[in-house]
Amino acid sequence: MKLFAMILIGILASFVIWGTHDLPERGDPQSPANLGVSTYYIENAYIDSETPNMVTAVLADYRGFDTFGEAVVVVAAALSSLLILLRRRRREDGSEGGLFSEVDAQKAGPDPSTSPSGGAP
Amino acid sequence: MTSRFESIFLFVVARAMVPLIQVFAFYVITHGHYSPGGGFQGGVMLAASIILLRISLGEESYDRFPREAGIVIGGFGALAFALLGFASMAFGGNFLEYALAVPGMGAEELRYWGIFFAEVFIGFLVWGALVAIYDALESGGVE
Amino acid sequence: MTADFLLSRYPYVLIAVLFAIGLYGMTVKRNLMKKIIGMTIFQTSIYLFFIQGATKQGATIPVLDPELGPSAELYINPLPQVIVLTAIVVGVAITGVALSLILVLYRRYGTLDEVELLRRMRESA
Repeated sequence: MKLFAMILIGILASFVIWGTHDLPERGDPQSPANLGVSTYYIENAYIDSETPNMVTAVLADYRGFDTFGEAVVVVAAALSSLLILLRRRRREDGSEGGLFSEVDAQKAGPDPSTSPSGGAP
Repeated sequence: MTSRFESIFLFVVARAMVPLIQVFAFYVITHGHYSPGGGFQGGVMLAASIILLRISLGEESYDRFPREAGIVIGGFGALAFALLGFASMAFGGNFLEYALAVPGMGAEELRYWGIFFAEVFIGFLVWGALVAIYDALESGGVE
Repeated sequence: MTADFLLSRYPYVLIAVLFAIGLYGMTVKRNLMKKIIGMTIFQTSIYLFFIQGATKQGATIPVLDPELGPSAELYINPLPQVIVLTAIVVGVAITGVALSLILVLYRRYGTLDEVELLRRMRESA
């Protein structure tokens, strides 16, 4: 089974290598990826925004919307990580504790006076 | 879950390194116009400095940088970046076009400062998000 | 002929090797932690594929040098660098979410082995 999967992945990788025969050589200045919109970025980054570093100019100016989407993905990943792992603990007066209150309470040991607010079985 | 690893060398070296890492991270963020760097790289360095504090000091580091602060900083960065984008829409430009009407500034200078603030907000966002992910994983999760 | 092909395409060959290692880790390994390691190796191969397409023979880093002037063949392509720069940070965040998911799975079922995990899930359902 493991050998079969290895052979299958080997065939796939050799197809990938075979498929590179019409890709441009490494370092070719005339390759399609180096001729398109990037020449505009190189020639106009300083004129448009007084920024010598073209990577920064493309990141935050020309393609700012793309960067905004990626940044929101990072924050959404952090939020989902917190939502997966943590649950707030309800205090005795009914208000909710801090973000890490349930984790800390479980680490401190069982406390019969309070109960978790989430849907624990 | 983590307790302080009792080693005087780790403690001293971490205390000496963390401010240097943070100063260099702010340099990387704010100097992104002229050298390789920017918000993403500097934000990751800031997050690394906080994680170094967490590893070396254990629970003592919660007083210096509370665990709840991570996602607050990350959310602040995302919100400020979005507001920067919408601000240029309010002045009639496109989203994140930096077409604000500031007197005495040409379009190029406005885009320069727009890039600067965008990088700073990206730095805050990455810093907060990565620290929040580390703290969530490090807490071990609830049962 | 084959040797010439491999020598002129060596970055692609190395990237394909990383691609195969990552794919092997993601599909064959039964431990979920090793699947995540395979996923990050796979991501790395994609980053390298983008980055090596940005190089130009005899060009410098994409920071404007006032002595050289803004001529397109003197600077390497900044666009793949921007894309990979954001993709690396997003990749770290995705790895964090994957780790928190398997942490929850481990706490509930006590194992990270794929087959054993499915068996215990079926038993408890």
